[in-house]
Amino acid sequence: MSDLRELYQEVILDHSRRPRNFRVLDGANHRAEGFNPLCGDRVTVFLKVEEDVVKEVTFQGSGCAISTASASMLTETLKGKTRAEVEALFEKFHALVTGGTGAPGGPPSPCGNRMSPGGESVDLGKLAAFSGVREFPVRVKCATLAWHTLTAAFKDENRVVSTE
Amino acid sequence: MSARESSAARAGAPPATFDAAKVRADFPILGRLVDGRPLVYLDSAATAQKPRPVLEALRRFYEEDCANVHRGVHTLSERATRAFEGARSRARRFLNAADVSEIIFVRGATEGINLVAQSYGRQNLRDGDEIVISAMEHHSNIVPWQMLCEEKGARLRVVPINDAGEFLIEDYEKLLGPRTRLVSVTHVSNALGTVNPVRQITEMAHRRGVPVLIDGAQAAPHLGLDVRAIGCDFYVFSGHKVFGPTGIGVLYGRRELLESMPPWQGGGEMIVSVTFEKTFYNKVPHKFEAGTPDIAGAVGLGAALDYISGFDPASLAAHERDLLDYATRQLSAIRGVRLIGTARDKAAVVSFVLDGVHPHDLGTILDQEGIAVRAGHHCAQPVMQRFGVPATARASLALYNNRQDIDALVRGMHKVVEVFG
Repeated sequence: MSDLRELYQEVILDHSRRPRNFRVLDGANHRAEGFNPLCGDRVTVFLKVEEDVVKEVTFQGSGCAISTASASMLTETLKGKTRAEVEALFEKFHALVTGGTGAPGGPPSPCGNRMSPGGESVDLGKLAAFSGVREFPVRVKCATLAWHTLTAAFKDENRVVSTE
Repeated sequence: MSARESSAARAGAPPATFDAAKVRADFPILGRLVDGRPLVYLDSAATAQKPRPVLEALRRFYEEDCANVHRGVHTLSERATRAFEGARSRARRFLNAADVSEIIFVRGATEGINLVAQSYGRQNLRDGDEIVISAMEHHSNIVPWQMLCEEKGARLRVVPINDAGEFLIEDYEKLLGPRTRLVSVTHVSNALGTVNPVRQITEMAHRRGVPVLIDGAQAAPHLGLDVRAIGCDFYVFSGHKVFGPTGIGVLYGRRELLESMPPWQGGGEMIVSVTFEKTFYNKVPHKFEAGTPDIAGAVGLGAALDYISGFDPASLAAHERDLLDYATRQLSAIRGVRLIGTARDKAAVVSFVLDGVHPHDLGTILDQEGIAVRAGHHCAQPVMQRFGVPATARASLALYNNRQDIDALVRGMHKVVEVFG
């Protein structure tokens, strides 16, 4: 039960029940769709970027508590961040939910405060609530679906991102 | 008398009542713990666990008789061939097919359907022709036909289902037309548990001269099968769902159809003679079994078929009926639970959703209690779309389950409610 409480922390349950920024974003200049064929979760991320800075992020879709909360909290965290900061944050988030191994498309990344490629340290803030995911390896894809989709949106890849 | 009845009769006097505790003892895996808790296995529709006689048959084959089949003159090759062909004859008996040459070993139900699509389908379909399937099919009974349709310019017609998840026979009647070349329908739905009236479905197609394939992947572990009573032209099932090994399954085909069909894959075993100018193909079933088959898998499957044929069909059916009714009652009593699939005729599957909780979260919490259920779309995404849900949780039953398993599931569901408040 303690592992479960660690996974389904209050903040995660709250965001899964009342997702923030859950809407189509008018004036978005990037978007991408993500899909997890394992469980059927779908997410669309809308992104408004100006001069390399995230002005706004919203999302829509349907998924489990972990993937919905992850998407919701992502939208709250990224506003005002540069692309490099977002990438550094994803790397750190990925390390958090996998237990420090298997950074997204890169070598294992140490868990802890580290310097981002942009040269500034990144703070996970509320996202640290996802630390319980590391005890549930099959749920890593739920926690990272929105992040992978966001990465695709940045690149403006006009395709569906799959976790498989 | 069904195939299972006849083989049970041969096996001697069956036990009058079903002894679930004794059956459980046959399955070593049911004794293991998951995170310190006893395993509650409710995912047999994905794959069934294996009884000792199957594990023993695999071990014995590899330790005592391992050799290639239909080739050598030496003792082991002869013994392996006998074991392999013995499994074919058990499969014939299990399905009550007329002849062993009608039993083709494949990797599983999926490969069986692909074989029919690629051999019979490519030979007989033309531009504008139609294949009829139903809205409750597993992806394995959708995609091979879509691939064929794309190649041939043919069209897939889909028989709708009602809100209970039942096959709509009147709509089926209307879909059967002058261009229908094949009907392919599941015997039992993996996502809903619906048992389809396959005999009637077959009769209606045959009246128009249309051959029928029945996907028996979910039926084989639960229903007494008799392909001649059904009257179907093809029937497929997977070994691993009937307590046998993975990687082996059976395609039954009526002999005259199989004989008229071109080979699917080329290679050894499926030939009589080969020159660079001309190759003569082997007779059925070997024509469809290119390459060294899964010999041990077939031997294990034979042991599995012997195992389930050893039960009295009536008491086995009564046991599974009791469990399904009990699970349906107990789950329905939980507030917020909605059953997906409430057909009058059902087998061994309870698919459900819980208000406000995604099935994936539900599955994770149940797993913490040692309870294995499937959470997802069950490789039947059109079924999920039909019921307007992204996924369901599915508890599926087999002969080794008991009421305590259902009670554990219900306790687990209360824990889910507790976590999600």
